[in-house]
Amino acid sequence: MRKIGGCDLSLVLLAISFSVLFAPVLSDLVISKVDRRVDLTSQHVRLFTTLKVENNGTDSVSEVLLPFPDHQSKNLAFLTATTTEEKGKSKSSSQALPIKVVNPEGMPISLAWYSASLPKELGKGGQLTLEIRAVFTHALRPFPEKITQADAQLVVFQDSAYYLSPYVVKAQSFTVKLPEPRVESYTKLENAKLSGSEIKYGPYENIPPFSYTPIVVHFASNGPFAVAKDLVREIEISHWGNVQITEHYNLIHAGAESIGEFSRLDYQARPYLRGASAFRHLIAKLPPRAHSVYYRDEIGNISTSNLWGDSTKTLLEIEPRYPLFGGWKTSFTIGYGLPLHDFLFQSEGQRFLNISFGSPMNELVIDNLIVKVILPEGSKDITVSVPFPIKEWQEMKFSHLDMVGRPVVVLEKTNVVPEHNQYFQVKYRFNNLSLFREPLMLISGFFFLFVACIIYTHADFTISKSSASYVAKLQWDEVQTAIQQFQGVMSRCLAIHDKLEASLRDLSRTGDAQACKAARKAADSSLKELSKELKSLLGFLQSSPQAAQILPKVDELVVKEKELQEKLMLKHSIVVDAFEKRSGGRDTESRVASIQQKITALRLEVDDLLEVIDEI
Amino acid sequence: MAAPETSPTPSSLRNAFGHVFSIFILILIGVLAFSIRLFSVIKYESVIHEFDPYFNYRVTQFLTKNGIYDFWNWFDDRTWYPLGRVIGGTVYPGLTLTAGTLWWLLNSLNIPLSVETVCVFTAPIFSAFASWATYLLTKEVKGAGAGLTAAALLAMVPSYISRSVAGSYDNEAVAIFALIFTFYLYIKTLNTGSLFYATLNSIAYFYMVCSWGGYTFIINLIPMHVLLCIVTGRYSSRLYIAYAPLVVLGTLLAALVPVVGFNAVMTSEHFASFLVFIIIHVVALVYYIKGILSPRMFKVAVMLVLSVGLVICCTVVAVLIALVASSPTKGWSGRSLSLLDPTYASKYIPIIASVSEHQPPTWPSYFMDLNILAFLVPAGIVACFLPLSDASSFVILYIVTSVYFSGVMVRLMLVLAPAACIMSGIALSGAFDVLTRSLKFQLPGTSEIFASDAVDTGSESVILNKDGAEEDKSEDSVKERPSKKNKKKEKEKEKEKEKEKEKEKENAGTSSSRSHAERRPLVLPVEASVIAIFLLVLLVAFYVVHCVWAAAEAYSAPSIVLTSQSPDGLHVFDDFREAYAWLSHNTDVDDKVASWWDYGYQTTAMANRTVIVDNNTWNNTHIATVGTAMSSPEKAAWEIFNSLDVKYVLVVFGGLVGYPSDDINKFLWMVRIGGGVFPHIKEPDYLRDGQYRIDSQATPTMLNCLMYKLSYYRFVETDGKGFDRVRRTEIGKKYFKLTHFEEVFTTHHWMVRIYKLKSPRNRIRGKTKKSKSKSSSTISSKSSRTRKKNPWN
Repeated sequence: MRKIGGCDLSLVLLAISFSVLFAPVLSDLVISKVDRRVDLTSQHVRLFTTLKVENNGTDSVSEVLLPFPDHQSKNLAFLTATTTEEKGKSKSSSQALPIKVVNPEGMPISLAWYSASLPKELGKGGQLTLEIRAVFTHALRPFPEKITQADAQLVVFQDSAYYLSPYVVKAQSFTVKLPEPRVESYTKLENAKLSGSEIKYGPYENIPPFSYTPIVVHFASNGPFAVAKDLVREIEISHWGNVQITEHYNLIHAGAESIGEFSRLDYQARPYLRGASAFRHLIAKLPPRAHSVYYRDEIGNISTSNLWGDSTKTLLEIEPRYPLFGGWKTSFTIGYGLPLHDFLFQSEGQRFLNISFGSPMNELVIDNLIVKVILPEGSKDITVSVPFPIKEWQEMKFSHLDMVGRPVVVLEKTNVVPEHNQYFQVKYRFNNLSLFREPLMLISGFFFLFVACIIYTHADFTISKSSASYVAKLQWDEVQTAIQQFQGVMSRCLAIHDKLEASLRDLSRTGDAQACKAARKAADSSLKELSKELKSLLGFLQSSPQAAQILPKVDELVVKEKELQEKLMLKHSIVVDAFEKRSGGRDTESRVASIQQKITALRLEVDDLLEVIDEI
Repeated sequence: MAAPETSPTPSSLRNAFGHVFSIFILILIGVLAFSIRLFSVIKYESVIHEFDPYFNYRVTQFLTKNGIYDFWNWFDDRTWYPLGRVIGGTVYPGLTLTAGTLWWLLNSLNIPLSVETVCVFTAPIFSAFASWATYLLTKEVKGAGAGLTAAALLAMVPSYISRSVAGSYDNEAVAIFALIFTFYLYIKTLNTGSLFYATLNSIAYFYMVCSWGGYTFIINLIPMHVLLCIVTGRYSSRLYIAYAPLVVLGTLLAALVPVVGFNAVMTSEHFASFLVFIIIHVVALVYYIKGILSPRMFKVAVMLVLSVGLVICCTVVAVLIALVASSPTKGWSGRSLSLLDPTYASKYIPIIASVSEHQPPTWPSYFMDLNILAFLVPAGIVACFLPLSDASSFVILYIVTSVYFSGVMVRLMLVLAPAACIMSGIALSGAFDVLTRSLKFQLPGTSEIFASDAVDTGSESVILNKDGAEEDKSEDSVKERPSKKNKKKEKEKEKEKEKEKEKEKENAGTSSSRSHAERRPLVLPVEASVIAIFLLVLLVAFYVVHCVWAAAEAYSAPSIVLTSQSPDGLHVFDDFREAYAWLSHNTDVDDKVASWWDYGYQTTAMANRTVIVDNNTWNNTHIATVGTAMSSPEKAAWEIFNSLDVKYVLVVFGGLVGYPSDDINKFLWMVRIGGGVFPHIKEPDYLRDGQYRIDSQATPTMLNCLMYKLSYYRFVETDGKGFDRVRRTEIGKKYFKLTHFEEVFTTHHWMVRIYKLKSPRNRIRGKTKKSKSKSSSTISSKSSRTRKKNPWN
């Protein structure tokens, strides 16, 4: 107690101010019994209050006022009130009551007022049981504020031993549940009792309205004080069958700040003694059938995580890159895909997404949560229904070949606790045909690309048809075709020569001179035709200037071919003559041999020339 | 070969089919080149690798965030504290601009890829481009078949894979593509003589200058080739067109790159190109005059010009040499000098020598990085000589020079790899050509020789046509010129043979046997060719297996994540990122972190903290200061670090898990580099009998230096003995306390340890007093002494 005099004093002042003001009794409600239990086992302070309310006055009452002191109300993250109507023995339907912030006149200003509207007015003598559930964040203050690695983390909790109420409270008790039996100190009032890890105040009876007796509990709490400074959840719907959720965490250990050395040795050797206040891992409870889970930060994948699941849930155990001591920060991203049919439903032509609001990690306090629901491109008539007040606006996001962008519903809420993990709905209209827009766009894009290529290769994009180079090209093409024809003619000539040679060989084998002569005749006639063709081609080549460089070769070839032809004819006639005359003998043979030599030489030259022309 | 007349339509159909087929093969090669580099993503993750890529990644992030103008003007105050670094003017911007453009393009199409993803996949994409460029280059040299083979070889050559796996976001990734493409355009210009390609060539050269310091290789190799062509009498107007615009345009463009600037005309690396530029003009003039004058007049003119010109040339060269020699490094940068003189770096610049990739390679590394290519290269060189053309002489020159450079520096193996692939591609394709042709020739039996021959000639003409279809007429004549000579030779042989034949058989049909006879020398027996083909396929199969192994096992580790296979399964060591993440989240934004320069880039990129030195080793003194601090005793080190405003000191320690490349193993380099500038650090003080040791035999200087203390602080308490698993020994000094530093973070496997400088107040009172009195006492008398201890005083 003496350590924390500072805050004590303010509380005392507060209490004095209450008693001084002592506002007039609001109504004739009397609380016959209050049972308060506060759960301090985690960093969330959960306060369960059971009120038995009686109306002693004459007027019927429609609302019950619930005040909280300012230092609590600014940490109040979640507040619900339910009534349980007692009908006979069996407790029946509990009903959540609407709660609103009110500002009744004449009341002390350092209080925040909430009022729970009753489902039906409470008449004279009526009785009602209210269950109030409040969750506070940042209500546990570490003390001392800075500890070393070896120290355990101690925190301070402050509240009042009496229930703060504008009504008379007849009987009340207050129970504080601690995470472990180790308690440094607690305010010792009458009827205060510490047993194990529970401290009990009360019962106290007949306490006037606005009574406030501050109590302080100073105890050890080594639970993870993980606070997400910012959490951005992106929920992206793809109508191809997937809901992709990406969560960007910005985490800090909000417990007592760590000072001095961090020794890995001590941490590894005695993890629960040296480093008790650090937290190693977090467990995210993902919906069942979650797939493609990843866990990374801006510098890459974080390899320390485990995943297991069954039909009701998927558990992801993630470990930050390093153990988080008090005041240490980290940031990371987890992402996973969910099957669309589990979360998206259709009714009356509308689609609605039904998905949970908060983070899948239960130990987390989220200071600022932004949920972005990214609807598919072309969604319209968007409405959102969330069971608690939030800030809401819309954005556009461009991704994956979007033309008009995807509508994004942004929901922002501060001070989020696991109790906010409720389902919320986004309703919108969406035409199924829009699904095919992007594939069609791709297909048509490639189609037009190919069409453009085809057109480009088939069209002539020469700038000027009359330009010298273009004309030259045309002429060159003509020359080339002429030369090709010329080559054709030449090769046919050569083929005829071959035939003649073959006929000679036949002659030597079979001795059929007639056939040989016939072949000669046929060759003569075809050669004549070919020479005619040749003449016209040569005429063309001579006339065209482009062929100037090739012309000498062509002429040479023609001459050589002629010569070859003559020699061949000569040889042919000699051989045939010799055969017919049966003269045979050396004489002819030698003559033939000399001619043959010339023929071979000429033939080679012709071939060479043909090749040269071919290469041009 | 008089083939086309037989069947023009089928051959053109075949032609078209061949085109489509080769395009299809090229696409497959691109896919292969891309996908073989994805092992790192599959086995590890999509992450930037190693050291330099992190810097490039950071620059790219800056570029995409702030735009191109801010990028040029970027003064980075996160590195080289307190000096800073002008990034825009000292970085080769090619890679960054490429990836930035790619990212911008994708995002403007609304494809939301992160900068990191684009950076990771830049290298694989560009290796696909590089294999296509190889195809084009080899096609210019030896035809499409060789081109396809070379492209396929390059797509998976381990040497290139080692620098271009997914995540290896380094300059070489795009530079090799730029290098090959520049060479291709040079050859293309040389073959066509087209000014269009010459312009493209200059632009490709500009891209190369943007991308990598290795552009000096191009600007020296091409002049060498031009000189070779001139000397061997191959000067032509095409050569002039290929070279002159490149020098003029290329130099102008290169000077636009801030990091090169006036170096493009001032340094000796570029000197050769200008010299050859003058020579080629002289030669061009001589040829021109020769054309005008009659031979006699020409001789007279030559005499005149030679006598006058020589005098002028001599004076000019003398002046130039005097100018160059007057500068201390002879106008060469340190890295280039260490290329010319392999012992230069180890003598004068320990920083360059300390980098493992600047060491000469060992023989096994040739086998590891090139595998069978190392054996195929000689065959390729022989094949290039068979008809020696301008293009093939260039390739020969390329391989010869790159073999030399790779022998000097293991890193330049990368330049050798494309040359080796081209050569092996030529060799393999030539061998397959001969073997399959002889098979085709002989299999149908002797009766159908003629038919098969016709088919064969047909196919030959297809190949020829394929070449000819895209190229201009002039180029055709160029290409065929050498081969024509060859053919003539063959024909002479043929003639002789035919004469012999004629003696035997008078009536033999010469025409039909002609082509047959021409082929005969190349035809191998069926059995031999079948076996040879089988063996070649086997060889290539081994190569493929080796490449896949190298890609999957040897070269895909990102080096910031380590894994080890233990009986319990895969164990991941992610300590580096653990430390960097801790730094980035739990220290102040402006805190300065000191570490050895290896970790500088990673610290700035991943932890976003200011570092003292980093991998861009431009300031030797600064690095020596850090080296001195690391090798000084704790107090002196504290003073050095404090004077540099350092708040955290990061050391890498592998002794607990056996990670060998830690700071203790690099420590001797710190001592050497530090001692090079601050003479009170002497290497022998750290060595016991010339041996570097950290056990009980170690010298007291070693056991008291900061690096030892920071590495082994409280290490003995892990196992009670202090057994270092890297050095395989017990450490020398086991129990000690830190007085000026405190441990603030150590990663899970102790691989990274971060210490904080204690603030002066917390120091022992007596000592503070002493140091105060020391500093307050007459500075002049003590200055020499203090300077010894603290170089920043």
